[in-house]
Amino acid sequence: MIQLFVNGQAETVDDGLTVSDLLSRRGLAGKRLAVERNGEIVPRGRHAETALADGDRLEIVVAVGGG
Amino acid sequence: MNDALVIAGQSYGSRLLVGTGKYRDFAETRAAIDASGAEIVTVAIRRTNIGQNPDEPNLLDVLPPERFTILPNTAGCYTAEDAVRTLCLARELLDGHALVKLEVLGDPRTLFPNMPETLKAAETLVRDGFDVMVYCSDDPIQAKMLEEIGCVAVMPLASLIGSGMGILNPWNLRLIIDAAKVPVLVDAGVGTASDAAIAMELGCDGVLMNTAIAQARQPVLMAQAMRKAVEAGREAYLAGRMPRKLYSADPSSPTGGLIGS
Repeated sequence: MIQLFVNGQAETVDDGLTVSDLLSRRGLAGKRLAVERNGEIVPRGRHAETALADGDRLEIVVAVGGG
Repeated sequence: MNDALVIAGQSYGSRLLVGTGKYRDFAETRAAIDASGAEIVTVAIRRTNIGQNPDEPNLLDVLPPERFTILPNTAGCYTAEDAVRTLCLARELLDGHALVKLEVLGDPRTLFPNMPETLKAAETLVRDGFDVMVYCSDDPIQAKMLEEIGCVAVMPLASLIGSGMGILNPWNLRLIIDAAKVPVLVDAGVGTASDAAIAMELGCDGVLMNTAIAQARQPVLMAQAMRKAVEAGREAYLAGRMPRKLYSADPSSPTGGLIGS
């Protein structure tokens, strides 16, 4: 098991989980969003090959109303 | 009349840019934006609510990027670093889209821009290939600095964000407009249609607003009013107003040919 911080919240997940796995577990697969891992963008094309590691800090963002 | 607004090499027919915040729902957001005629619409970038309502509608489904030019902002950022990170996420979200609105705030009470951080973020973003439209104070010197850094538009406030106080310092705006070689847009402070018209009559290239429309009693009707105000103000600016004369003594009707003379 590894610990992640997803949008600031700590959670424990299985080893070997990829960004794609994380998104689909949350019903976010295929949505218009962007992912940052430890301060670096994870391009959409690399979600499936990017395995998460213990202590990773992820930001998952969407567009919302704003000025 | 071909009078396009050109930003970063792209032509736009509308000189009104609108935000997408503070509406009752997405249906009202879309109806107001359609009524405004705006082609460029701002959005904010925020964390998804992990595990909550994955089926809730997405703003970009309501405002498809194929139809509108989406202008992601950095609202809520107080440092250059946070603003740059936010816009890198926005670029990924919008498939490499380069046009962005930079704003780095200095104070939560006034939402006045932090200009040193704004200048720093602008340098980084321009170097990284972003086309930066930048919210700034109405200081002509710093507006010029932003242009020299390579920002594609400078967007001074007319008054505080969300205040609806109108154009408080038209003379500073004029100084910025006179010196600028990139488009100057008033961003923030417009409260009603006459404010937008005044901004355009001053020679602004466009106006960006959100609250004035979204918080009107009838947002869709106000959006339509703002479209007309921006068009009218632009046309009045191009037409050139008559000189102000305290006493005219020059009536519009002929002075001769009066009956009984």
